Amino acid sequence: MSNTEIESRIRRFIDENFIFSEDDANLDGAASLLDAGLVDSTGILELVTFLESDFAIQVADAEIIPDNLDSIDAIVAYVAGKQGAASSVAA
Amino acid sequence: MCGIAGYFGHLQSHEPPELMLRRMAGAIRYRGPDESGIHVEPGVGLGHARLSIIDVESGQQPMTSDDGDVVVTFNGEIFNFIELRDDLIARGHRFRTDSDTEVIIRAYQEMGPDCVTAFNGDFAFALWDRRARRFMLARDRMGVRPLFYAWRGGCLYFASEAKALFEVPQIRPEIDPVAIDQTFTFWFPLAPRTAFKGVCTLPPGHVLVATPSEIAVRRYWQLDYPDADDSDALDGRSETDIAEEVRSLLTDATRIRLRSDVPVGAYLSGGLDSSIIAATVHRIVPERLRTFSVTFDSAEFDESAFQMEMVSALGTDHMAVPCRGSDIGSMFPEVVRHTEQPIVRTAPAPLFALSKLVRDSGFKVVLTGEGADEVFAGYDIFKEAKLRRFCAAQPKSQRRHLLFQRLYPYLPALKGQSQSYRSAFFGAGLDAVDDPLFSHLPRFQSTAGAKAFYSAEMREELHGYDALDDLRAHLPADFRRWHPLSQAQYLETAHLLPGYILSAQGDRMSMAHGVEGRFPFLDHRLVECAARIPPRLKIRGLREKHILREAMADILPPSIGSRVKQPYRAPDSPSFLGEGAPDYVGARLSPAAIAEAGFFAPRAVDKLVAKGRGQASLGFRDNTALVGILSTQLLHHAFAREVAAAPPATAAA
Repeated sequence: MSNTEIESRIRRFIDENFIFSEDDANLDGAASLLDAGLVDSTGILELVTFLESDFAIQVADAEIIPDNLDSIDAIVAYVAGKQGAASSVAA
Repeated sequence: MCGIAGYFGHLQSHEPPELMLRRMAGAIRYRGPDESGIHVEPGVGLGHARLSIIDVESGQQPMTSDDGDVVVTFNGEIFNFIELRDDLIARGHRFRTDSDTEVIIRAYQEMGPDCVTAFNGDFAFALWDRRARRFMLARDRMGVRPLFYAWRGGCLYFASEAKALFEVPQIRPEIDPVAIDQTFTFWFPLAPRTAFKGVCTLPPGHVLVATPSEIAVRRYWQLDYPDADDSDALDGRSETDIAEEVRSLLTDATRIRLRSDVPVGAYLSGGLDSSIIAATVHRIVPERLRTFSVTFDSAEFDESAFQMEMVSALGTDHMAVPCRGSDIGSMFPEVVRHTEQPIVRTAPAPLFALSKLVRDSGFKVVLTGEGADEVFAGYDIFKEAKLRRFCAAQPKSQRRHLLFQRLYPYLPALKGQSQSYRSAFFGAGLDAVDDPLFSHLPRFQSTAGAKAFYSAEMREELHGYDALDDLRAHLPADFRRWHPLSQAQYLETAHLLPGYILSAQGDRMSMAHGVEGRFPFLDHRLVECAARIPPRLKIRGLREKHILREAMADILPPSIGSRVKQPYRAPDSPSFLGEGAPDYVGARLSPAAIAEAGFFAPRAVDKLVAKGRGQASLGFRDNTALVGILSTQLLHHAFAREVAAAPPATAAA
């Protein structure tokens, strides 16, 4: 899956579930989801559940950290990394 | 306990004043279904709906003094009326009834408006002194009993609830956007503001005194704490001596709150505070105590195991009302009609069901543990603020952040959260240690997340308004010199308590069924004593209400005495969007209804509803938004809709 496709899926999920204000409609890829007030502690669990089911990856407890999940860019890089690792193992 | 209503000044309408007074009292008749009365003379009208509790035979109101010069309409109780009566008799006053209402009249004749300082009670009253041409409104120190007022055309109207004011043709219900914004920050409007434009609440501990020439609203009591660096102002006695005084004051506060000519019951939540009250009553009154509680089918909220432990320890005659999520959904419109303010939590609803159970069981009066968490520092927000301040002192320390794991063990969403996320949530605002609102910033900021749903018109209307700055401007001058725990306690006790806990969740829910709540922890003698207790004795380490446990734990089963605080919470979004959700939700949250009210963005609300229908439950921010938006819409629908549709009222001031 290309990074563009990953990003569009993630953007759609975030738009449907976290973005209610028009001001946030075109969220910058590097913007912090925490600072923008878009996710709270439940939001993190929703996000992880989505990543696991939609991208067929497993998110380890130690990976649930802002470095991996606190912006769209970070999530894309994280998911791409996980998928790359999975496909290289499969190969 | 009752409902009061009336006016001071000359009515603008041509209808007979008796008719209007009867309508005003009739609008809040559930507060006092036993009797009603009115008093009318030129320039003054007083109405009363009575719930007969003390001196059932001769305590009718409005009550007039023997010489006919003073008339009073009164809601509440003066618990020390027996002592005051003896005192006034010694000064030569003669009483013709055994009621506390007559004590108000005599105390006023003796002391004037300052008589309120002699009262230990939960009261709201209006008094007319014909000879001095003086009209007075007064409200108790903590804000237990409600009192609203509005000026229209030079006439002052007042009532126990806003809906009685809306019986006055010149007073039209219109929801105040600033009140919504305050609720979406603090959970309530900041007094004297209410949810309705041009309707004020008399703040707790205040009197309003009006003569034909001038009007003054003034404070007669203030919650006050010692300066942090003034060790002499703190209670310097040993822990044992302080605990002894707490016990003796709480016992006396409970004793005088058992004064009633009808039977008194008690709420039993299963927590420390209501257990202390029930156990204290049990030691004072030999008869078997009647207790009442709510149970939930979800283990996340239910405390029935602890309730039953107290029931068997005290041998009480107990009844419980089960509250399912669907019950909350079906009760909610009626609940909001009574709260008369938007709410961001569903917690009032089960208490609405509980007061019905009490009333159906033939009881009109219950004692509860309300107030202990404010007065003795029981809420998690106090521990959270202590930890956040501890982390802020050494921001680089990773080990300090580990302590956050010990907070909120009962919240499912925080389980399985990594340390770095937990730190991120609780670390918000750590650089704001000098902000007087430091303790409450995480709550205020997470609640404010719901503002994302505001419509463009609402944003425009609120342009430049900052609710946090407004609250900062409301703080007492010496607030900054207090200990951080005292500051946090003040915010809870002087604001959240009267603004939400005692009103939306307290008086309105119990009086909806004609049940009077009495709160020994809010006796001002105990509140003043507790304010001087050193903060380290209130929260020891992370053990909340330490001194209260030291004072009272020996009368409780050990498992209750050492129980960690579990906040009272109730099921939320699934009650409105889950299976079996009530029909009205779709109508009140439809894009057309949202657009008609104008406060929120229809598309955003629609997304939230779709999200809530698609999953088992919503998170903090989304729940706050859903409950806040739905209650605002219900309030608009119940009160303000016709006004919005009608042309603007030119008479409204």
